[in-house]
Amino acid sequence: MNDRSNLESVALKVVGSRPVRPDGADKVTGRANFGADLRLPGMLTGLVKRSPHAHARILGVDTAAARALPGVKAVVTAADFPDLEAIATQLGETATTLRDIGCNTMARDKALYVGHAVAAVAAISPEIAQEALALINVRYEVLPHVIEVEAAMAADAPVLHDTLFTKGVTPAPTRASNVAQVHKLSRGDVAAAFADPTQAEVVVQARYVTAPVHQGYIEPHACVASAGADGQHQVWVSTQGHFTVRTLCAQLLDIPISDVRVSAAEIGGGFGGKTTVYLEPLALALSRQAGRPVRMVMTRAEVFEATGPTAGAVMEVKLAARRDGTITAADVVLKFQAGAYAGAPVNQAGMCCLAAYDIPNVRVTGYDVVSNRPKATAYRAPGSPIGSFATESAIDELAQQLGMDPLELRLKNIAQVGSQSVYGMTFRDIAFADTLKAIQAHPHWTSPLPPNTGRGIACGYWFNYGGESSGAVYIAEDGGATVVSGNPDIGGSRASMAMMAAETLGLPIERVRAIVGDTASIGYSFVTGGSRVTFATGMAVVEAAKKVVQDLKRRAALQWDCDVAKVEWIDGAAHCTDPALDRQPLTLQAIAAKSAATGGPIGAESSVNAAGYSPGFAAHVCDIHVDPDTGCSTVVRYTAAQDVGRAIHPSYVEGQIQGGVAQGVGWALNEEYVYDTQGVMQNPGFLDYRMPVASDLPMIEALLVETAPNQRHPFGVKGVGEAPIVPPLPAVAAAVSRVVGARMRELPLSPPRVMEALLSRS
Amino acid sequence: MSTTAVTYQAPVSLPELFSLLAPAPGADPPRLLAGGSDLIVQTRAGRIKPGPIVDLKRVPDLVGISRDGPGWRIRAATPCAVIGEHAELRAEWPGVVEAATLIGSKQVQGRGSLGGNLCNASPAADSVPALIAAGATVVVGSAGPGGAVGLRELPVEAVAVAPGRTCLARGEVVLALRLPERGPRAADAYLRLIPRTEMDIAVAGCGVSLQLDVQGVIVAARVALGAVAPTALLVPAAADALIGSALDTTALGKLEAAARAACRPIDDKRSTAKYRIHVAGVLARRAATEAYQRALRRSAQEQRS
Amino acid sequence: MSKQAIQAVVNGEPVTFLAAPTQTLLDALRDELGLTGTKEGCGSGDCGACSVRVDGRLVCSCLVLAPEAAGCRVETVEGLARNGALHPVQQQFLEHAALQCGFCTPGFLVATKDLLDRNPNPTESEIRFALAGNLCRCTGYDKIVRAVQATAAQLRGETAALGAP
Repeated sequence: MNDRSNLESVALKVVGSRPVRPDGADKVTGRANFGADLRLPGMLTGLVKRSPHAHARILGVDTAAARALPGVKAVVTAADFPDLEAIATQLGETATTLRDIGCNTMARDKALYVGHAVAAVAAISPEIAQEALALINVRYEVLPHVIEVEAAMAADAPVLHDTLFTKGVTPAPTRASNVAQVHKLSRGDVAAAFADPTQAEVVVQARYVTAPVHQGYIEPHACVASAGADGQHQVWVSTQGHFTVRTLCAQLLDIPISDVRVSAAEIGGGFGGKTTVYLEPLALALSRQAGRPVRMVMTRAEVFEATGPTAGAVMEVKLAARRDGTITAADVVLKFQAGAYAGAPVNQAGMCCLAAYDIPNVRVTGYDVVSNRPKATAYRAPGSPIGSFATESAIDELAQQLGMDPLELRLKNIAQVGSQSVYGMTFRDIAFADTLKAIQAHPHWTSPLPPNTGRGIACGYWFNYGGESSGAVYIAEDGGATVVSGNPDIGGSRASMAMMAAETLGLPIERVRAIVGDTASIGYSFVTGGSRVTFATGMAVVEAAKKVVQDLKRRAALQWDCDVAKVEWIDGAAHCTDPALDRQPLTLQAIAAKSAATGGPIGAESSVNAAGYSPGFAAHVCDIHVDPDTGCSTVVRYTAAQDVGRAIHPSYVEGQIQGGVAQGVGWALNEEYVYDTQGVMQNPGFLDYRMPVASDLPMIEALLVETAPNQRHPFGVKGVGEAPIVPPLPAVAAAVSRVVGARMRELPLSPPRVMEALLSRS
Repeated sequence: MSTTAVTYQAPVSLPELFSLLAPAPGADPPRLLAGGSDLIVQTRAGRIKPGPIVDLKRVPDLVGISRDGPGWRIRAATPCAVIGEHAELRAEWPGVVEAATLIGSKQVQGRGSLGGNLCNASPAADSVPALIAAGATVVVGSAGPGGAVGLRELPVEAVAVAPGRTCLARGEVVLALRLPERGPRAADAYLRLIPRTEMDIAVAGCGVSLQLDVQGVIVAARVALGAVAPTALLVPAAADALIGSALDTTALGKLEAAARAACRPIDDKRSTAKYRIHVAGVLARRAATEAYQRALRRSAQEQRS
Repeated sequence: MSKQAIQAVVNGEPVTFLAAPTQTLLDALRDELGLTGTKEGCGSGDCGACSVRVDGRLVCSCLVLAPEAAGCRVETVEGLARNGALHPVQQQFLEHAALQCGFCTPGFLVATKDLLDRNPNPTESEIRFALAGNLCRCTGYDKIVRAVQATAAQLRGETAALGAP
């Protein structure tokens, strides 16, 4: 896809504008159907029985009384699901095994966290389902549990899986532990660099800690499953990837993938947390037993206790630099909690945390550690905010030690076009330095600081992704176009798909509708996540639209009785390039009206496995006011610059940036999982899991840097959704550190913690 | 399942209300429903068993705000949003009104009431320290002989006895909160500390009510703290620190120390004991300063008119 | 638990529906009346996704029992548009891209209408504090606040309706 003509010479008519999204009216009128909005005749309510213990052997599950309760139509336990071999499955942005996913949806031998599912029921009313849950008798042998990552790594820690032997160490250990894997990344010679006084004129070394946080989507998980008597299964679910739901449900129930049809409902937020399955296999199993559709919706407490938050972490960073600010070496140790099953995003964190800098000697060691909390799932740039909190904070500490402007320090070390990242990718089409300079040139950067206010700057990197996507474009008899893709729309992607198709077809945006097809109606698409949809699905859609354009030209040539080489497509019409033929242009509408005579219905599909994606990079500056008597932080001003390639719909690109900033601010200031001594989460609700509210934030200014479009996408797109959540953690911490006069190395920066720092300093 | 039937009833008079509350042998006591922001949440969370529900809001004696002699009568099930919209009440008791309108969100204030906030007996209830500082009382009703309503009145600070428990007997209902005469050159204020800017349960709260003489010297004061002990506290030592002063630095320092000394907080999911003690002193200073400024302005207004 | 018949006026239309004593107004709207525009985000009054107005007062419908709505006027998001024409607040939210996933949007629209009914000229700070009971995880609130400001200006007659010539 090296078509550069779109990027340079042709003035774009639709791409880059800000039309109202085509699916918008349904969302502002309440017509849009989310996962919990579907009602089917005969639908039952499904509920899940969950472990009250953080770690326990399951000795027996007695469901007889529940089954006998009038109104109960199905009861399932682990016995109703096949025992699976460990098959590696790439799940969104988190590597895990099918067996782990299966055991996570329904515990087999052990309950590994409070909230772990141990049985499920379906009944004719929620009240009866609730009663049935109470009648299920589970016998547990309670075991000691462990939550914190370093405690889980200790030699005497309670071991979650007696078949877990640490991968990535030689010789392979013979004793099971909670360290699932050690990831190593390195280049150059870190030891030599630190030992060399000319390379290590200044050394910064510190330990950083973050707490686990949840994606915090406002819509709880919800689905309806319906198993037919003919073995055909249907699922209707709010998800980031209905093809993934199809695959996982089929594998977990051992039924053919093509016997499962999944429709994507509108989704009320995901941020990575809805790229897996929790309720869906249970609902299908219940439906099969009951012979009726089953609806399952989580409560907010279940969302917090039983779905995947991200990891908490303990990290150590050591940086060596010359006095002029050249960073010569970095040694990073990352210890991440994965929750009950392996798969913390520690590898991704290691790859991203220093990727944007040209540092010749780098060593990253990452530990993926299990502990008795829910299984970690992807959360927007998984791992990168955590690892980057440590490295960006260390860079800020380095700037302070050198007495250097933290922005200049970054400019001095930032990767250039042609640099190779620490994990191997060679950078092309990047505008990292431009993004930093956009901050530097902005009035925010030089504005005077109010009293008791600190300013912090930080960068963030995320690889983004391409991957498998399918798109189709169909032309109606009146010349209107429908775009079908296989990606649930979480941020306005239908608008972008419609815009790219409109641009390619030469139609006004009002004539193009975009829908999300179910798994039987469109080709396979990987999840909506990874900042990949505008990039990869956009590519598929544009390819399909180009095929349609080719077909339209062919039909025009047929009508004109000339060679198709003499037909051009301009502004939504076929033009004959041969003046001797004297043909009037044929609009798309005119060609469509005659489609039956020129070959039949007009439409095309395209599937891609998109490569050529370009990373996301952001630079943020924020001003934080800290009340010196209470330690309370207020975000006073926030400016976020990002290298976006080209913004298809600038409003939605800004929206991704602003939303990522808000989540990052919450992560930095007040969000965390609070556990008691029994491993029970104390704050599984929006009252005490403190996400930012409207009055907690100012306007967030988003600067879109488009100086380096991605040459390998037809419109220059780089994924934008994830990078914005990375810089806020270190930027906020840097701002607070500077105004408090002490370095804040542990998140969240809740008032007691900041107050402690203020009091210790004086 | 619960053996007591779950029913919903909405009486329209006090006698009808009390007849519904009359003890029935073998049955669970009815749950009183005002705004629902505590009852419904706790029932869903399983902390309260479902049972018969008696809605207070259709009893006219339980909703509304009126003058009561020189003071005020705020009927117990009046939504806090209605309290917030009462300009005259706000002008006279800005601290009480701001405490009532800090609870939760606009949505919660559309339903939540002072009666509910008080009787839920959370140590962190926002309205309680302000009411205590104001010298408010509660009017408690119960079934009297021959269908009459028995009444008693007690200070707000006597109602909560422990987290989640009040001194009320079964069959008693808070009918109203009464505010005393404001008096000249007097004003109140309420401040709380929360980590975000809205929505949180108070980590600490302080209500201060002051009265000044014509020279601006404090002649009467009440200081109350919330979320720093099992119940909200009236802190006489903190008030003593202020009386006789014009809120100079020394007085503020003594106030801060007295407020901190009165605290008996815990570490919990919302904050630490150490932080609560520290902040209680800060809030006392700030609330006293705000109340003092307001009292000076009122004093000036009163002199002009 | 037996259900009782409740009569109310929802979005201007008289309705009768069945509800159990402990069923919430939110569940009744969604399950008995099929008005699924109002959403459940938390069930405990902390997110505002279930915001409706009852007798002109903004409330969380997850904290109102269905029987309490007897004889009341209930307004939900479905009642904002009239005869197929979007209300200015709906139009401005779309115009300003003030929604991404759209799940919190019905609650915001109802809360915004309530705010502007009471305060036609709110400052940015007043808007943010009035809407603090409505959680959004997608937008960071920036474009929501701008949409509210634009709606207020339009309703005050300072700007033309969107789509007007």
